[in-house]
Order: sequence, then C-alpha cells, then structure tokens
Amino acid sequence: MSVNPTIVAHLGLIFVVFNMLVLSAAFMVWLERKVCAYIQDRVGPNRVGFEGSLQPFADVIKLMFKEELRPQAADRLLFVIAPIISACAAFAAFSVIPFGTETTLFGLLEEPIPLQVTDVNVAILVIFAIASMGVYGIVLAGWSSNSKYSLLGALRSAAQMISYELSYALALAAVIMLAGSLSLREIVMDQEGYWFGFIPRWYLFLQPVGFVIYMIAGVAETNRAPFDFPEAEQELVAGYHTEYSSMSFALFFLAEYVNMVTVSAVATSLYLGGWLGPFLPDWLQWVYFLLKVFLLLFFYVWMRWTLPRYRYDQLMEFGWKWLFPAAVLNLFATAALVLWLG
Amino acid sequence: MEAVAFYIFAAIAVVASLLVVGQRNPMYSVMLLIVSFGALAGLYVLLDAPFTAVTQIIIYAGAIMVLFLFVVMLLNVEREDSATSVATMVGPTGMKLGAGLSVLLAIEVVWALSRLGESHFGHDAETVNISSVARIGQALFTQHAFAFEATSILILVAMVGAVVLARRER
Repeated sequence: MSVNPTIVAHLGLIFVVFNMLVLSAAFMVWLERKVCAYIQDRVGPNRVGFEGSLQPFADVIKLMFKEELRPQAADRLLFVIAPIISACAAFAAFSVIPFGTETTLFGLLEEPIPLQVTDVNVAILVIFAIASMGVYGIVLAGWSSNSKYSLLGALRSAAQMISYELSYALALAAVIMLAGSLSLREIVMDQEGYWFGFIPRWYLFLQPVGFVIYMIAGVAETNRAPFDFPEAEQELVAGYHTEYSSMSFALFFLAEYVNMVTVSAVATSLYLGGWLGPFLPDWLQWVYFLLKVFLLLFFYVWMRWTLPRYRYDQLMEFGWKWLFPAAVLNLFATAALVLWLG
Repeated sequence: MEAVAFYIFAAIAVVASLLVVGQRNPMYSVMLLIVSFGALAGLYVLLDAPFTAVTQIIIYAGAIMVLFLFVVMLLNVEREDSATSVATMVGPTGMKLGAGLSVLLAIEVVWALSRLGESHFGHDAETVNISSVARIGQALFTQHAFAFEATSILILVAMVGAVVLARRER
C-alpha cells in the first residue's frame, strides 16, 4: 500500500508547526528571564546550558514532578478542562497562519503545498473566533477553583479580553479593507513589491495607527503587561490560576506564550509582510517570518519589564474610551482612502 | 467522507442539545450548549458556508454564551435536585399541553424525513468564482439593505437600554 506523499507532507507540516509552538514557548521563558535580567542590570539564568538556554527544560521537569493539587470544593470536571481549553485554543489559532511560500519539497511532491496547516478563505475570522474561545478557559478556571481570588481574577481577565477584542477586530477590519480579502495568505501576497525600489509595500506604512492599535489590543488580549492586572501578583495572589499547580499551571503558561506567538505572527502577516524579504530564495523565506515574529516577541517582553501596570479601571477606561474610538476613526479613514484612491 | 463528517457533527449536536436539558448543574448545561454550537458550525462548513460557521462561533459561542456563563456564574444558579416528579410539577393541563406538543414534534419529524433528497440549493455559475463573504456582503447591502439598517437600530436600542439599566442611581 503506497502512502500518498501529500498526506505525509501535511502531517509533517502539522508536526513541525506544533513542535515549533511548544519550543517557542520554552524559548520565550528563557528570553523573558534573560531580557528581564539585562533590563534590571543583572545576568539572569546562566548555569543550566549555554547562557541558561536549558533553563526552561529544567523548569518543565521541575513542574512535572510537583504534586497535582485540586481544592476539595472545586468542580472536578471543569477544573480539569479549563487549562485544556486554554491550551487547545492557543494552538488551534495558529493553524491558519502562513509562514512561507508554496513548496514542493525539492520536487518530492507533484503539486506544491503552501506552508501553513490549512488555507481557509476566512482565515482572519477563524483566528478571531478561536481567540474568543480562549476566554472560556480563563472563566472556567476562575469559577471552578471555588476561591475568591480566582473568581475575581477570572472575571476581570474575561471582561478585559472581551473589551479589547473590539479594537482588535476593528484594526483587522481596516487591513481587510485594504487587501480586499480575508485570507492571510492573500493579505501577505498583497504586500509584495517595493515603492521607489527599496521601501517594502508593507501595510505598516499604510496603517501606522492601525498597527499600534493592533499591538495594544493584542497585548491586552494575551493578558500581558502593562495590562496584566488579572494576574497581578501583588493584588490577587495569582488571579485565575491561583489554585493550579504542576502541569495544569504549565498548560496555562504554555497557552499564554503560544497566544503571544500567535498575536505576533498575525501582526507580522498583516502589517510586516509575513515571510516576504529580499535576497533569500523562495524556500528559505520562512526565515524572515521567524525573524519578524521574534522582533515582535522581543518587543512584548521589553514592554513588560519597562512599563508599570495599569490599574483595572484605568485599563477598562483606556480600552473603551480611547482605543475603541481610535480604532473606529482608523476604520473610517481607511475606508475613505480606499474609496478615494481606488 | 463528507457523510461521515455529517453524521459525527449531527450526532454531537443532537446529543449535546439533549444533555443541555438533562443536566442538573447549570454550568454544565452552558458548556454543552457551546459544544452544540461548535457542531453546528461544523455542519455549516459542510454546507460550503465557512463564513456562516465562523460567524456562528464568534457571535453565538464566543459572545452570547459568555453572557450566559456570566449570568449563571454570578447569579449563583443552583443545582437542580429533582425531588418531585414531572407530573406533580406541571399538573394535568401541563401534561395535556406536553402531549400535544410531542404529537406535533413527531408529525414534523416524519414530514422532514419524508422530504429527504429534495434540495433547492445548488451551485449556479455565478457562485463559483466569488467567495462566500463577498457574495453575502453584496446581497446584504443591496437587496436586504433595509433589514440591515433596521437590525442596526435594534442593536443600538438594546445597547442603550443595557447601559441605562446598568447605571447606578447617582
């Protein structure tokens, strides 16, 4: 029985993407600690592996050996399911992100397959839909822990995520108007070429305000500083994951880092031209994608350790009274420009 | 292959919906309803309408059900403990109404199953080249523009009403 090489290629792609996401979460743990250390004028982990690069693996092994606690009054089923929902939503959102051109794997396949897990023509909406599903992981975690810190943290976190989803969607809508398509691959392909020969045709230059709005909304969506009040160590013990330990806790953190990677990857595809870049041959262009995503992730970590945290009411006021009108105005301006300039 | 997927999604949708009414814990009911909506979205994809599927997830499962979840959580809706039987709870008129509605449902199911195989939807030449989103947009803003505007005003009224009701008295 001969195996269809296209099916093997697709399975291989899924395997590669999944492993890349898990390893990037481990990488983010290391990056965060090193960057945090250098910003705070110290060195950070440097014992385990070269410059502490094996530290995340040591952390994972430690977490695996910890005792898996569950409060007695906690709702058994929902307590176990909540981190699973968070982690699954985080991984599923990455499935429609393209990270390279079509490849035939050096002629092994008859027809080229695009370098993404699936190619849907409503890709942006799929990402948005799965991000809305991520809210459930947090809310269920907070409620099922049966503890006041968890419940408060979960409610605040959910309200924050829902509020910033609006500005997120409007920033996306402006890009969709420019590109005329909902498919991420087509949006990236629309950014091919150069103006005046050397400025790349990225949407970043057409939509600077939109990019800023998207990044702010993305940081708020992933509950990262300066919008991480729901996880604020000083006020809420640890928010919605107070009662979790060992691998369930690790799953929440995996979900958070993978969400960060997804937001950065979507921002790269929408505003920074995805995998496009000069000089490299077609089959190596995913290197540019990785570099751009890494740049945005570094920016995320940099922001966390530089800016102070917003208080919860300041956070909600900012999201509704400043960011949302700015996103609406951005949408109007983009619509006017698209109609006027054609 | 599509038939297998259809039966799986349809089975999930029916079983989840039945379990929604059969649960004692209201939180489980809400989660099962979300599972049911997910299965419906899968059915929409099988009907070649990915936009409707994704919109179903975003709006129904992602926003409306979050509202349901908050209400159930915060109002602390209690578990149902069925101490009394259905007959004593609804009384004789309730039993007669229930019997009538069951007969109606059975007639509907028989009628629906007898119409298997008739399909009025199909691919015509013009739907092949336009993506479903563009086609929905064109139909929505030209043929159904009035309904669109009326729905927008309705949503605005609902939002204003919610804000007014939630204000505390100053």
